[in-house]
Amino acid sequence: MAQVVVRNVSKVHVSIKGEPLLALHGVSFQVEDNEFFSIVGPSGCGKTTLLNLLAGFEMPTRGELLVGGQTIREPGWERAVVFQEYALFPWYTVAQNVAYGLKRKRLPEPERRDVTDHYIGLVGLRGFEKRYPRDLSGGMRQRVSIARALAVNPSILLMDEPFASLDIQTREFMQDELLKIWQRERKTVIFVTHSIDEAIKLSDRVAIMTPRPGHIEEIKTVDSARPRDMTQPAMVQLAAEVKRWLRQQLFESTPA
Amino acid sequence: MSHIASGAPGDLTAPSRAAADHAALAGTLIPPPPPAWRRLARRLLHLWLLALFLVAWQAVSTLGTRINPQLDVMLPPPTAVFSAAQELIARGALLTHVMDSLRRVLVAVGVGAILGVPLGLAMGWSAGFRASVDPLLEFIRPIPPLAWIPLSILWFGIGDTQNEYIIFLAAFFPIVLNAMAGARDVDTYLVRAGLSLGARRRDLFLTVVLPASLPNIFTGLRVGLGIGWMALVAGELVAAPTGLGFMINNARTLFRSDYILLGMVLIGILGLILDFLMRQIAAIAMPWYRR
Repeated sequence: MAQVVVRNVSKVHVSIKGEPLLALHGVSFQVEDNEFFSIVGPSGCGKTTLLNLLAGFEMPTRGELLVGGQTIREPGWERAVVFQEYALFPWYTVAQNVAYGLKRKRLPEPERRDVTDHYIGLVGLRGFEKRYPRDLSGGMRQRVSIARALAVNPSILLMDEPFASLDIQTREFMQDELLKIWQRERKTVIFVTHSIDEAIKLSDRVAIMTPRPGHIEEIKTVDSARPRDMTQPAMVQLAAEVKRWLRQQLFESTPA
Repeated sequence: MSHIASGAPGDLTAPSRAAADHAALAGTLIPPPPPAWRRLARRLLHLWLLALFLVAWQAVSTLGTRINPQLDVMLPPPTAVFSAAQELIARGALLTHVMDSLRRVLVAVGVGAILGVPLGLAMGWSAGFRASVDPLLEFIRPIPPLAWIPLSILWFGIGDTQNEYIIFLAAFFPIVLNAMAGARDVDTYLVRAGLSLGARRRDLFLTVVLPASLPNIFTGLRVGLGIGWMALVAGELVAAPTGLGFMINNARTLFRSDYILLGMVLIGILGLILDFLMRQIAAIAMPWYRR
């Protein structure tokens, strides 16, 4: 029952100067139904490019990406995206932002209001429905963005470093909330981050990417029960192992 | 919807439950706004430089005539401009001039907006369309509105349409170029967010591109209105029977520099008022927007 299949994907970007750059090379992996799958790696390793391909914003140069056996050809609500910089519509209120996808799905008004209300409550923003994004803190904006993505009831949630610009307390709080939502709603989550701890804390499996060209070197399974305490020896050891391994890979691939 | 029933309501109500209470509390913590007369007084205090300017103008004109009697005609004092205004109001002419000029500028800028905003948005949205329209536009744009006067008389004859056409030419290009910049600079992430939430191209235009361009569209309308107003004198140069531009041109032949200055001052004041109104409309149209 593999839901997402990435098969031998390469992506060439063309720089401003016109030089071709190999962003991804020979990337293959598979994400199971309802799995929480993280992609971790340093900046510039191509993880955002990979997520853009999965979202359908860009097309691969070689290889293919499939969801439920169908090739990804364009963006769509069944693969909702949560962006690092939230990408909320500044001209819509919190409620209007959350209702945006539902309106595009032509959900009738009463149902739309119910669903919007439900997800605003789920992310703890009741009372802020009529605020504009500009009047919210970073953490609150990201919660709106998560509610907006969940409201369209996607089968896959694509998250691009969603908590990277939050302070550490808000970040941990949001991680716990995301896990609660994921356990309740049971969706496939593909989560991109540069934080190894975050990936291990949240995921069923963690794919480790190395840059130039972007490539998945290894996929680690984390089979400890949630919620995970990152100060536990097993977790600390796993994180240290991944860090050490990644550092080794980086030194090997970067000419001195 | 099945996914509504699937979960208990949020666990996270604590920070939001008190939102209304917090707003009420916040209201009691900040000092009450100063009374209206105080705010007005504070605003009037900002006009000290303008007042100083008027005083200096008056002094130069009245004291200067003692040294050079021609200054009476070269630079009549504010009081002379004021009595010229009284004189023209009494004859019932001034209101006609003002209203006719306002009507011409608003018609010209209105047509400029109706044609210019969609054109600019389309150019910003589609690179192909922009590439084909841009050369034509950039070729016409540097031609000064004044140069169009002879041809425009042939085309539109003598009358309001010809006057409005000259003003339109002045206002049109800033409106187009600003709308284009707005549609061009729409945040890629917002477009992508729209697409990933199921928006089609038409939805995307109405829900993302248009609102994202609104601040630039309003900038274009403000600049267009300002430049159109500046083009009034050129617009009313030929055979306009009324208007502030006509008044200035006509006063030149009559050697009435007080009328000329009155026309200039009125154009300045009305331009200021129009710009203020435009900003109010922008604030109402974009409650979410703060500079």
